[in-house]
Amino acid sequence: MNNPFRGLGAIFYKEVIHARRDRLAIMFSFIMPILQMTILGAAIDTNIRQVPTVVLDESGASQTAGPPDRGTADSRALLDRLRNSDTFRIIKYVHSDRELNEEMVTGRARVGVKIPVNFARDLLDGRTAQVMVMVDGSDSAVAGQAVNVSGQIGLDESLRRILPAGTVVPIEVRPKLMFNPDSRSPNFFLPGLTAVLLLFVTTMLTAFSIVREKERGTLEQLLVTPARPLGILLGKIMPYFALGVLELCAILLFMRFVFQVPVHGSAVLLVLISTGYLFVNLTIGTLISTKANSQAEAMQLAMMTTLPSIFLSGYIFPRDTMPPVFYVLSYFVPATYMVDIARGVILRGAGIAELWSDAAVMILFGIIVLLLAVRRFTRMIV
Amino acid sequence: MPAIRAENLVRRFGDFTAVDGVSFTVEKGEIFGFLGPNGSGKTVTIKMLIGILPLSGGAAWVDGIDVRVDPEGVRNRIGYMSQKFSLYDDLTVLENLRFYGKVYGLQGRLLNRKIAAVIEQNEIGDYRDRLAGRLSGGWKQRLALGCAMLHEPKILYLDEPTAGIDPVARRQLWDLLFQLSGQGITFFVTTHYMDEAERCSHLAYIHYGKLIADGTPESLRALPDITPPGTRRFEITAGEVTTALNIARRIEGMRSATIFGRSIHALVDDSLGQEQLAGAMRARGARVEEIRPLTPSLEDVFVELTCRHQRMTGAAA
Ligand SMILES: Nc1ncnc2c1ncn2[C@@H]1O[C@H](COP(=O)(O)OP(=O)(O)OP(=O)(O)O)[C@@H](O)[C@H]1O
Ligand SMILES: [Mg+2]
Repeated sequence: MNNPFRGLGAIFYKEVIHARRDRLAIMFSFIMPILQMTILGAAIDTNIRQVPTVVLDESGASQTAGPPDRGTADSRALLDRLRNSDTFRIIKYVHSDRELNEEMVTGRARVGVKIPVNFARDLLDGRTAQVMVMVDGSDSAVAGQAVNVSGQIGLDESLRRILPAGTVVPIEVRPKLMFNPDSRSPNFFLPGLTAVLLLFVTTMLTAFSIVREKERGTLEQLLVTPARPLGILLGKIMPYFALGVLELCAILLFMRFVFQVPVHGSAVLLVLISTGYLFVNLTIGTLISTKANSQAEAMQLAMMTTLPSIFLSGYIFPRDTMPPVFYVLSYFVPATYMVDIARGVILRGAGIAELWSDAAVMILFGIIVLLLAVRRFTRMIV
Repeated sequence: MPAIRAENLVRRFGDFTAVDGVSFTVEKGEIFGFLGPNGSGKTVTIKMLIGILPLSGGAAWVDGIDVRVDPEGVRNRIGYMSQKFSLYDDLTVLENLRFYGKVYGLQGRLLNRKIAAVIEQNEIGDYRDRLAGRLSGGWKQRLALGCAMLHEPKILYLDEPTAGIDPVARRQLWDLLFQLSGQGITFFVTTHYMDEAERCSHLAYIHYGKLIADGTPESLRALPDITPPGTRRFEITAGEVTTALNIARRIEGMRSATIFGRSIHALVDDSLGQEQLAGAMRARGARVEEIRPLTPSLEDVFVELTCRHQRMTGAAA
């Protein structure tokens, strides 16, 4: 009689029927993630290439021969270097500062390169020849890349000119990207996205579970039965847990075979460890559901927990550069562990030895949150 | 041991007292009718008696179990059909029954047997695979009753089970209640229908949280407050009933007279006999057809009690 799980089987039975009949929820949990993954995977390329660039080359103006905007051999050599870097794509040559400015303001060009009249002369006379590179700062990633690459090219050209022919550069730093050698965006973005997509869907699924019954008046009838809080809540979580696992598999398959993201570690291990993540999110949804008084309120609460989770998890902004408060907070966000686990297994080929502690923390969180939900729910019963 | 005993039940919501010192006893096998106007505290009382709303004061025992000590024990022994339909719309009739059976720990063959019995008793076999949300009102109530009695509770609480269903369905539901009551189940029923009140074996009337009547229908009709000593009631049938009413009110010994349909209900002094009254009214030009002694209806009783209670509390305040 005092079995704390009392009612679990019955609730599970009915929740499975609810879930099966609720086409919308199924759609929501399968179509949405795939759709989002497609959009993010296909449309977002964070590797900056072919930035539209406009050029004003006045260096040929002092030479009487030829049209004034053809530049000089030196300026053309520099522009070739820029073009060959793959970062810049020269879309237009202009003839005045006004035009240059206009291209930048309209946003047709992100970078403006101005080679002044005395560029070639200065070079020849051994003075420092200046080149102005104007960068549109409205997208910080693009701006950073443009500044870096153009600076690099300038330095390179300078060295080439100072050093006598035949000497070698004393030091060369050769960066090598490990784990994602091609530096493909999907490889880096999609593993973390797995965590984010699961977060949304699983939290939402259970966030409605209790409050829906509250709204429809069925909860009162349920509370009159001898079903116990733990039995009721677990009975509601379990079907969605199964749905979450299926969903995770679907996302992983999609990522692997449609977006061709190589999985370096064990996919089975990833699914196993992720169950802890599913569990903790489902319990968070359940806790929300015991707090909310209406489905609309549950939705808001779910948003209020998922959105900050995404920002804190390190999926968008690297955790290492966060202000200390947020860094500490991020340890209490399950998504942080999951982003780490997903990237670890998929990109670095990490195994259970590196990841078991992350998994343990998530399961611990899940148990704590579940107990909180049970406590709240028990107070509703008497 | 009575089926339900309530002693000085109190329930407050903030400053507001919804149930104010209510006491009554329901014996086993009774059909206990709990009546009262909207918002008088009927549902709140039930919720306290089934262990889902804590008491603010007083005590209650259900089947001998103290609801304050062991609400879960109480929940195991009772069935409850709430005022609002509260089964799962997206589950079929059979699935709803299976679910409630499972919650009470029934399974396998036993569960199937109980479900079959309930389906037969409530005659819902034809709708077994229909979604509960698609049932009409009467069938919903039958299903709700079926779910509430699946685990064979000794006491069934039905909160306005016949609200919003047609007269035939109402009659059928009551026939079923009588049948089950014959098998020893105790019923606690709330209703606003007087004809249903007449069918109860025990009635109580609650008015703004206070119990103002408690007894069998007969004993309530015979209450001295309703027909004071030295008075009696008549029903007068007459042509041109409004004219007759005006005439009746002017006759000596007439305490009160009101129109009910085509007749007049009159409360008169004992000294005024049936023949005397008829003669006096005819003499003044009323076309009296018939005068009969009248036992007060339950509606008369409750209206009279409510007015008296309002006068008393009004005077006190
Ligand atoms: N949870 C609650 N919080 C505050 N007030 C409540 C609560 N539940 C009931 N009440 C109030 O208690 C009073 C009695 O309500 P109750 O539902 O018992 O009336 P009722 O007799 O069942 O009426 P009806 O015939 O309309 O069903 C009402 O004034 C109601 O507003
Ligand atoms: Mg009510």
